[in-house]
Amino acid sequence: MSKIRIATTSLAGCFGCHMSFLDMDERLVGLLEHVEFNRSPLTDIKHCGPCDIGLVEGGLCNAENVHVLREFRQQCKILIAVGACAINGGVPAMRNHYEVQECLEEAFLHGVGVDNPMIPSDPELPLLLSKVHPLHEVVRVDYYLPGCPPPGDAFFTILSDLLAGKEPSLPKAMLHYD
Amino acid sequence: MSNMFFIDGQEIAFTPGQTIMDAALAAGIYIPHLCHKPGLTPQGSCKLCTVDVDGRSASACTLPATAGMKVDNNTPALQEVRKTLLQMLFVEGNHLCPTCLKSGDCTLQALGYHLGMLDGHFPPFYPLREVDASHPDVLLDRDRCIVCALCVRASREVDGKNVFAIGRRGANARLIVNSPSGKLGDSDLAADDLAAHICPVGAIMPKNHGFEVPIGRRTFDLHSVAESDVATPVTLKKTEHHDE
Repeated sequence: MSKIRIATTSLAGCFGCHMSFLDMDERLVGLLEHVEFNRSPLTDIKHCGPCDIGLVEGGLCNAENVHVLREFRQQCKILIAVGACAINGGVPAMRNHYEVQECLEEAFLHGVGVDNPMIPSDPELPLLLSKVHPLHEVVRVDYYLPGCPPPGDAFFTILSDLLAGKEPSLPKAMLHYD
Repeated sequence: MSNMFFIDGQEIAFTPGQTIMDAALAAGIYIPHLCHKPGLTPQGSCKLCTVDVDGRSASACTLPATAGMKVDNNTPALQEVRKTLLQMLFVEGNHLCPTCLKSGDCTLQALGYHLGMLDGHFPPFYPLREVDASHPDVLLDRDRCIVCALCVRASREVDGKNVFAIGRRGANARLIVNSPSGKLGDSDLAADDLAAHICPVGAIMPKNHGFEVPIGRRTFDLHSVAESDVATPVTLKKTEHHDE
C-alpha cells in the first residue's frame, strides 16, 4: 500500500505549530511507516504535489501566502487549518489596527534599534495585504486544529484518526485557543 | 407541588418570580450564559441562554419560571444555535486568545470549549476600538468587550456608582465611561469595585496581576465552564480576582 502523502507549510505564523508537530517525538517514527512528506519545511520541497493531507500553519499576510494556500487547496484532498493564526489571524492580526504604511515605518524607519532606516523594496518581496486574514476567508478548510500551538498530542490524534479513516475529533480537554 | 417546572424532562423547583436561569443554577443545572449574574438585574442581551419554552425560544435569564413549564436546554439544536451566537461574538471583536491576559479565565473562551467551537466561521470584523489605560489599577481594552453590560449593572447596583454605560447601537455599540474626559482614569472607579472584577472577558482587567497564575493552570484550563458555574455559588460581594 502506498504511503499517505502529507504537505505542511507556515504562512503568517511563527513555526511554533511546526515545532509542536515535532513534539510528537518518537511517535513520528511510527507515523513515518504510514506517511511521507511532500512540500514541507521538513523536506525543503518547494512546490506541493498531489497530497492526501495539507497542514497549514499561519494566516495570510501577503500575496505569496495566498498563492501558497491556493496551491495547497488545489493539491491536498484534506486541508487542515493549524493553530490560532490560521483560524483567526492570531498575533499577526494585531497589525490590523494599523495601516500597512504605519507598520512598515515603525518596523523599518522609526523602530527602536533600527540601523540604516529604509523600507525594503526588492521586487522579489511579496506585497503585504492591507489586513491579515484567516484561511477560511480564501479557501475551503476541511478541519480546524486550534491552539497556540496545538499540542503534539493533538497533532497525533488528528493524524491517527485520519489514517484510520475516521472523522478526526479532539477530547474537550485538548481544545485550547491559547 | 405547584412551584415546579421541567428542564430537559427533569423536575425543578422555583420560587415565584424566579427566572428559569436562577432556578436552574440553584438546582445545579447549567444553562450557558455570558451577560448574567444572579442578583444583578437580568439583561438578556447575549442570548447564549436561549432555551425552548413549550416550543418557543426565550432567554432563560429574563423569563420567569411558571408551574408546569417545559424547557428544552441541553439539546444538540440549541447547542448549535449557541455556538453560532458565540462565533458572532468572537468575530465582532478582536478576540485573539494567545495575546490576552484573561486567557484561561475567560468565560467567552470557556464557552467556546464547552460548545466545541473550533473556528470563527464568519469573516472577522477586526474592528478598530480604543484601549483605555488611563486608570492606575484597571485596564479597559474594548477590543475584547462583548457589551454584556455586567460592569454597567455592577457599578450601578452594587458599587453605588455609575461608571459605565453602553453607547451607540448594534455592531457599533461600545462601552463608554462616565467621566468628564471619557477616560477611566478620570472616573470614580476604584480597584476593589465589583465593576472592576465582574468582566467575563478580558475587557476590564486589574493591572499588575496578569500572570500570577500561569497559562495552563487557570480556572478554565482545569475545569469546564459548566462545572465551575454550578459548583461555585455566585456571590455579589467583592470577590478576589482569579489571579489573586
